[in-house]
Amino acid sequence: MEQSIYRSHILVCGGTGCVSSGCKQAQDALKDELAKHDLTSEIKIVETGCHGFCEKGPIMIMYPEGVFYCELTPEDMPELVEEHILKGRTVERLLYTEPNSKKSIPSYEEIDFYKKQQRLVLGNCGHMDPESIEEYIATGGYEAIGKALTEMTPEGVIEEVKDAGLRGRGGGGFPTGLKWQFAAGAKSDKKYVICNADEGDPGAFMDRSLLEGDPHRIIEGMMIGAYATGADEGYVYVRAEYPLAIERLQKALDDAREYGLLGENIFGTDFNFDLHIKAGAGAFVCGEETALMNSIEGKRGMPRPRPPFPAEQGLWGKPSNINNVESYANVPNIIRDGAEAYKAIGTEGSKGTKVFALTGKINNTGLAEVPMGITMKEIIYDIGGGISDGNKFKAVQIGGPSGGCLPEELLDLPVDYDSLIEVGAMMGSGGLVVMDDSTCMVDVARFFLNFTQSESCGKCTPCREGTKRMLEILNRITSGEGKDGDIEMLERLAENIKSTSLCGLGQTAPNPVLSTLKYFRHEYEAHIYDEICPAGACEDMLKGYVIDEDACIGCTACARVCPVDAIEGNVKEAHVIDLDKCISCGACVSKCKFDAISQA
Amino acid sequence: MKSLEELRKLREKAQKDIQARKTSNKPKVIIGMGTCGIAAGAREILKAVMAEINKRNLDVIVTQTGCIGMCEKEPLLDVQMPGKDRITYGNLTTDDVSKIVVEHIVNGKVVEDLAVAKLED
Repeated sequence: MEQSIYRSHILVCGGTGCVSSGCKQAQDALKDELAKHDLTSEIKIVETGCHGFCEKGPIMIMYPEGVFYCELTPEDMPELVEEHILKGRTVERLLYTEPNSKKSIPSYEEIDFYKKQQRLVLGNCGHMDPESIEEYIATGGYEAIGKALTEMTPEGVIEEVKDAGLRGRGGGGFPTGLKWQFAAGAKSDKKYVICNADEGDPGAFMDRSLLEGDPHRIIEGMMIGAYATGADEGYVYVRAEYPLAIERLQKALDDAREYGLLGENIFGTDFNFDLHIKAGAGAFVCGEETALMNSIEGKRGMPRPRPPFPAEQGLWGKPSNINNVESYANVPNIIRDGAEAYKAIGTEGSKGTKVFALTGKINNTGLAEVPMGITMKEIIYDIGGGISDGNKFKAVQIGGPSGGCLPEELLDLPVDYDSLIEVGAMMGSGGLVVMDDSTCMVDVARFFLNFTQSESCGKCTPCREGTKRMLEILNRITSGEGKDGDIEMLERLAENIKSTSLCGLGQTAPNPVLSTLKYFRHEYEAHIYDEICPAGACEDMLKGYVIDEDACIGCTACARVCPVDAIEGNVKEAHVIDLDKCISCGACVSKCKFDAISQA
Repeated sequence: MKSLEELRKLREKAQKDIQARKTSNKPKVIIGMGTCGIAAGAREILKAVMAEINKRNLDVIVTQTGCIGMCEKEPLLDVQMPGKDRITYGNLTTDDVSKIVVEHIVNGKVVEDLAVAKLED
């Protein structure tokens, strides 16, 4: 029986996160199982992009019921097909279990992780086949470019984007409409639009997920940008480390060409446009716009002074408009639904939504799209499910290596571009690294500085040499050899590097040091003057642990977990740690219920 | 792509392919797929329902349920129109399916002689 309608669609997540957790194997097992029961003509398997809830992958959603199954293995498939597909019974044990109430939740809209989200940009991700242009069109795709080309002038498009208040999602927060206006105003026979998909911040993966889960949205956003600025050619600069994103984008480009959505006389107008993919070799500095354009031209990825800005002289000396993936992804909604609808979401200065990548010591690792102005507390506790292993929150690092660390007292801060700058951080691309009380803030600063230091292109001396000197000081402090004056020297170097570097990399590289100095200065001081790492994370500084005789009740819990038998003592008598044997692993500290153990 | 019209036509066609993912406000057919139902031929009924829906180009949710205790009357099939009572049809053969689809889903009239129960919404 030839069938055009399937009675059920099974949406299987095929984002990189789920691939790592084994979605391919689960999907193969599902296919086998469906074939075994002769169901292949009734049930359609759709491989989608990322659902964002990577912590719980592999994920499947079963339609028409809309049941959400997670953490699936190939071994679960026989039961899933037999029970859910054949008999129509929900498989309780494979549903998502809410960690606090222990209740299983069948529908994903009911899950806390999704409840506070507003998925506009990520709306299609996880809910459609990213390799099907038809499915994108079915959700209203390419309507916006059609509307722009046939009903709006380029100036009208720019006005709409300006009115919507869209700001650059790559981190800087520059008004997108204004950027377009500059490029549109440049006189030239040739112009380019470029999409910056060189996502390099540790922990950020929203651009990858968008390209993997909804590539046509990016193409459409770029087409609208090209029409507005007068460009007829575009480049997507994407990291070579994102093979799946490149593959899906390539498929999307091929399909769009076949449908005449790329090429000449699009929608019967005189608008011509085509796009190329340029795979970057993974240098962090190539996320800087002028370095990125050098890289496309085949030159070494190094920034150059601005002005001239790319809008005047960009790629191959021609006026160019460059935006981030997420910025372009916002554009089709603005044009299709109008600026009014768009700016109803967000705060005074930051409109719309922002996608955050939640990583670190948090229960729900994943991607969350939230309205601007939501508090950090809501993101970390309501959506992120709080700190993992029952530990205590210490800080959240926002904005990647260019951003800053925010302490607990700033958790109620409404998140938008301006509020973050005010407290010494920045939106950045939206990576959130959550840290608990076992994290040493000096070590965190050292980690990020180590990253920017190795990624510095070397063009500007302050960035090249200054970050190196700062890193040396931080290495000294974390190995217990800090000395008086180190903090002041770090601050002086930081200010110099910030004010004398050409590009964003150098200008922001000291931020992690400055923000940790601002909020966690006592930790630096403890390292230097008390020779103690309060978090117990800097291994070189650990001299073992001691037990406070008065606080110890002799419960023996510590002695039982000690891997080297360094703890001795009789039951109900105070215990003693042999410092010669102690390896400073800290296992006893986490077991002690009486706070009796501290660093020697 | 030559015009918005062309895009919209394409969209209508494409939407049909993903209609199974829209879950609200649609007629629903529920087929009893307990062991009793399967033994009595529920799979054939389900296939006939799918064929009929395809033939008539309808947007209907087809789902299944387990044994509801009326094993004697299997195969059982329920039809629930949006906002209406859920009607159970029993002792079905594949030939009855077309009648139920046309009368109940298309025209909104309960097929009284095949109905065995009514569950109020």
